[in-house]
Amino acid sequence: MSILILLVILALLIAIGFLAAFLWATHDGQFEDTFSPSVRILMDNDRKENIKEAEKRF
Amino acid sequence: MSSTITPINTKISCYHCGNDCSEEDIFEQEKHFCCSGCHTVYEILKDNNLCGYYDLNDNAGVSLKSKDFNGKFAYLDEALIHDELLAFKNESVAKVFLYVPSIHCSSCVWLLENFSKIKSGVISSRLNFVRKELAIDFNPNLTSLKKIVELMATLGYEPKINLESIQKPKVIDSATKDLLYKIGVTGFCAGNIMMMSFPEYFNLNSNNDRLLQRFFLYFNFLLALPVFFFGASDYLKGAYYSIIENLKRNTDVLSVDIPIALGIIALFIRSLYETFVTHTAAYWDSMAGLVLFLLLGRWVQQVTFNYLSFDRSYKSYFPLAVKVKNQEVQYKNVNDLKKGEEFIIHHQELIPADAILTEGHAMIDYSFVTGEAKPVKKTIGEVVFAGGRQVADRIELMVQKPVSISYLTQLWNNESFLKEKTTPTTEWANAFSKYFTFSTILIAVLVGIYWYFNNSALLWPAVTAILMVACPCALTLSLPFTMNTVMSIFGQNKFFVKNQGVIQLLAEVDTIVFDKTGTLTKGNKGTVSFVGKINKQEEKLIFSVVSQSVHPLSKMVATYLAPNLALKLSAYKEINGKGIEAEVECTKIRLGRLDFVKNELADQVDSEVHIMIDNEYKGFFTVEPQLRSNWEDMLEKLKKTFELKLLSGDTNKIQKVLGTVFGENMQFEQSPQQKLDYIKYLQINGKKVLMIGDGLNDAGALREAKVGIAFTEDIQAFSPSCDAILDASNFEKLGKYLFFSKTALSVVKSSFLLSLVYNVLSIGWASTGMLSPVFAAILMPLSTISVVLFAVGSTWIIAKHRKLV
Repeated sequence: MSILILLVILALLIAIGFLAAFLWATHDGQFEDTFSPSVRILMDNDRKENIKEAEKRF
Repeated sequence: MSSTITPINTKISCYHCGNDCSEEDIFEQEKHFCCSGCHTVYEILKDNNLCGYYDLNDNAGVSLKSKDFNGKFAYLDEALIHDELLAFKNESVAKVFLYVPSIHCSSCVWLLENFSKIKSGVISSRLNFVRKELAIDFNPNLTSLKKIVELMATLGYEPKINLESIQKPKVIDSATKDLLYKIGVTGFCAGNIMMMSFPEYFNLNSNNDRLLQRFFLYFNFLLALPVFFFGASDYLKGAYYSIIENLKRNTDVLSVDIPIALGIIALFIRSLYETFVTHTAAYWDSMAGLVLFLLLGRWVQQVTFNYLSFDRSYKSYFPLAVKVKNQEVQYKNVNDLKKGEEFIIHHQELIPADAILTEGHAMIDYSFVTGEAKPVKKTIGEVVFAGGRQVADRIELMVQKPVSISYLTQLWNNESFLKEKTTPTTEWANAFSKYFTFSTILIAVLVGIYWYFNNSALLWPAVTAILMVACPCALTLSLPFTMNTVMSIFGQNKFFVKNQGVIQLLAEVDTIVFDKTGTLTKGNKGTVSFVGKINKQEEKLIFSVVSQSVHPLSKMVATYLAPNLALKLSAYKEINGKGIEAEVECTKIRLGRLDFVKNELADQVDSEVHIMIDNEYKGFFTVEPQLRSNWEDMLEKLKKTFELKLLSGDTNKIQKVLGTVFGENMQFEQSPQQKLDYIKYLQINGKKVLMIGDGLNDAGALREAKVGIAFTEDIQAFSPSCDAILDASNFEKLGKYLFFSKTALSVVKSSFLLSLVYNVLSIGWASTGMLSPVFAAILMPLSTISVVLFAVGSTWIIAKHRKLV
């Protein structure tokens, strides 16, 4: 059963990774604007297409 | 450009902004546009391959009707003003933050973030939708701030640049972030501790695996350390400072942090003892859960409508710069204007400082300051006060007083603007905490004495258990959760309160003071009626003339006669402050003031438009201010519970109508200062006043009153500094909101009662000294959750019953 000790510590380390991700996201301001990122992710494709088109023109 | 203008009868909506295209219709590629502005935007977007704008949302654009930006932003080329607006600048990059109020949908984000494609020189643009703030990086060698702003305005996204814009961007609320960190860490630890406590709950390994049992215990102890020292630090510090202040005799208020800290410390010490001395199950899970709930409550408490602005001063109304005369610079920051300097004001511009008129015809619209819609005529040499809007042509003025001490702005120097309004949230909790703390300690001591004489082995288990379970967690949570629910219910009904304290203040109100213009009456709208006789053809002629004019009365008459077909005018002359002289289809028309129309001395009523067609007097249009629908019903209902008063900045035109409700409690022609003083007078006499107003002229009164509600036709538009914003369409629900606030407070009180019952039961259990960790781990969250559910649930049910949701 003592293998549990190792497993629990490993599990905690993984979870700490997620905690760190949350803290980083908060610090980075991800929770300040919850609307525009959802639109921004749709825009990127379009931008690439436009760049390609622009490249063709020249 | 292959555009044609065709008259259209059926209703067609503009491809760009969705407005009706009946007045003017520009048709191109099977797309209709309501004006050339909208058409231009479409052309710009099409040329830059950005028509995806229209794919995201139908009719996404902002209407550009009657917008003229020519020269409006010229002041942005002035180096001093320009540099004050920039957040950062070096040789090749400049950064600016612009507040763009018209942002409303995903298309806006799309277009504004693709701004670099439309305007060369713009390096990148990034939008914060919640704050409606666009951050633009641009190369100052390739383009200029003025050009960027002008293009944005052309596209319908005119940034709001005013005196407030030069204050550096606000520091992002670090307290909110700090709370989020704490919730993250505490939630993480609490979850893990609970999981590791499961073996203990089921008594799985008490005998056969001592190693694992010890491991889980120490593991939990380590996880509990960040909860105690980081998560709970605010409560521990708060309690410490409160005790210090009490010992110094600075205050006799015990903060609600004290009983909470007492509970947390009792849990911590008892658990330390269990972990390291007896090596049996500890209360780490209860402690972590308790701190997590408390932090969640705090988070709920500070949720606000952060896209609305409640703290506005004159700075958000005043222009940033003004055109000055006889100086090396063309434009000057309004704050830098000194006595004796001369400046120029154009049509529709706001006068920023008290000044003397030196040239031109001044027609000043003071509706901003006094609520009176009628423009005032000023002649050369007269003093013009700040806050007025010039409605006639270009004028020149000489500064009398700098902006900061002008007649209007000194209202903001009043002491009521300097002190923060006290919110009763803490007062209430502190008053309660005093009794709670003392009675908990008293019970603990009595139980301790009892066990000392009867069974001294149970003394410490019983005393610590009492302190642990007596922690007023459920009590402190029921208030924020109920108030948060009320806030969101109000929000759904377009009534936005600044914070939770406002709801409590609303519940205490006993006197309501109304402003008249814009609150009881519909802004500048009025009911038009005609006295005299005219036929259809003459109506058409008059419509053709008045639809050319921007004077408020002409506009009202035009709306009254619409829909009508405007005929071509062969002559048109508008004489400011007098009337219009025009010729349509060989018919001479004079309309306006009676003395102007008849060309002789006559008594004039200001809200009348007289008509003369081919030298024949036809009669006049009269404009009555229009009262809001259902105003009488609503006021009668409110009258039963509240004392109603009316304060108005303008003349007593409709005193008779309003007198039926207000009786003697009406005052007219009140200056902003008088309004403030009147509210002060009422409150000194023990009244708890709710002020409802709309204009800048009410700003002082709104601030001085216990609760100030700003009334607005457009939530996003400017409203003066206030505690709550009410959308004009929901005027008649005001009474409902007030009564609902009162009910919400009784809900809080009954959930207090419920949690007291829990406390009595659990303290009874704890004093036997038999409280086991498992039992504590179940009982404490259960009582908290059930009290919160009760508070939130009953608030929703009551709201549903009153048809508020």
